[in-house]
Amino acid sequence: MSLESLSTGVMSTGITKRIIACLDVTNGRVVKGVQFVDLIDAGDPAELAHLHATSGADEIVLLDITATSDARPILIDVVRRTARQLFVPFTVGGGVRSLADASALFDAGADKISINSAAIKSPAIITEIAERFGSQAVIVAIDAKRKVGAAVSAEGTVPAEVYLAGGRIATGLDAVEWAREAESRGAGEILLTSMDCDGTRTGFDCPLTAAVAKAVNIPVIASGGAGSGDHFVDVFKAGCADAALAASIFHFGIHDVRELKAQLQREGIPMRLPC
Amino acid sequence: MITLVDYKAGNLTSVRKAFTFLGQESVVTDDAALVRQAQAIVLPGVGHFCTTERLASSGVRDAVTEAIERGVPFLGICVGMQWQFAGSTEAPDAPGLALFEGTCERFQTTLKVPHVGWNQIRRAPRSAPSRLLEGVPDDSFVYFTHSYRAPICDGVSAVTTYGETFAAAVERENVFGVQFHPEKSGDTGLRILKNFCDYAAERSSL
Repeated sequence: MSLESLSTGVMSTGITKRIIACLDVTNGRVVKGVQFVDLIDAGDPAELAHLHATSGADEIVLLDITATSDARPILIDVVRRTARQLFVPFTVGGGVRSLADASALFDAGADKISINSAAIKSPAIITEIAERFGSQAVIVAIDAKRKVGAAVSAEGTVPAEVYLAGGRIATGLDAVEWAREAESRGAGEILLTSMDCDGTRTGFDCPLTAAVAKAVNIPVIASGGAGSGDHFVDVFKAGCADAALAASIFHFGIHDVRELKAQLQREGIPMRLPC
Repeated sequence: MITLVDYKAGNLTSVRKAFTFLGQESVVTDDAALVRQAQAIVLPGVGHFCTTERLASSGVRDAVTEAIERGVPFLGICVGMQWQFAGSTEAPDAPGLALFEGTCERFQTTLKVPHVGWNQIRRAPRSAPSRLLEGVPDDSFVYFTHSYRAPICDGVSAVTTYGETFAAAVERENVFGVQFHPEKSGDTGLRILKNFCDYAAERSSL
């Protein structure tokens, strides 16, 4: 076959690192909080999702941050309205408890769902959703907090505990081990949020991100702590992240996504540009 | 009217809303009789190759084959494109349509599998001009999510590299396939879907 030569030779990976804009939603509005309190209205989810997508975000994540604590399902109409004119990958999470919840979100236009508390309480749900909709549609979100006093070991393990219900309840699970189990049960990606860094704008937890990213063979999305372009450089280089997610810095025009991506590209991190 | 084939392989909502955005009417069905009457067929799909076995048992496979022979425009997306090959090692007992030569195999790379994210497509050397990729420059970014990839063979219109180089798009007369998700690939993806709609519109006015 004359085209066979294409399959040989030195190949770059080709794939770009992803910048994901996260919309924290409650009562149908995007909110911006400082350490989960003092919520400020940041706008309409559909408008903001479209704005982020056209300004260069590679994906959009919508999290209903009070669905679990209010023990109610995600607002489906908000998801449907947000998805309608969004043509980049769209993930929805918060309060997904069953295959039926997931199905309703996919019907409304979500491409992936993110599960957290429900997956810890009943890990079989990961497999159930993955078998019906494919692993690519299942993100397992892990909220992790470093164990106080525990140092990074010589083997590079980073002791961190998994929390559920939006960081309210400690589970005793180790973050790296739980990520491995989630992968083996069919998760397509891991969304790792550092509770220590979340909201601080002092940078991502790179050692923890790297420990998880090296432990699994599925993409790891780093979250929590983004405050500057340099933080993104660090999490892609030292943290070995496949994608990085941020919420507050992308609202109120503090950061231009395209400008951020140009900076990362200059630092040698492959980005989708122009976008 | 575009007929979207539902065979319980992932969800069709995203593909459907992209066509709606383009002003193109579409209908979703798993009924072989409706597929047989289609003016244009789109087979989306993401997930395991074994889901294509449903297409055989429901009679949709035969309906699609007949439609292709009559010249009905046919677009396969992701697993829908892989189904146009002889088969996949993901489900060796589920034969594909064998419209293109070779078998889909799992990525053989030390990189993470699945291949998830935005990657670039470029025209395959010596390939015929592509109707589907008209107006889409080389190195455009599109969104992928898959663990198996189709081989490079005659009919491959575009390729992508992830550790190895594989078929990103195929095209022969009225048959088109894309490994990536045009419905999730921003303006580039919408352009590709519009090209398919335009082609289908020309065909049905003949």
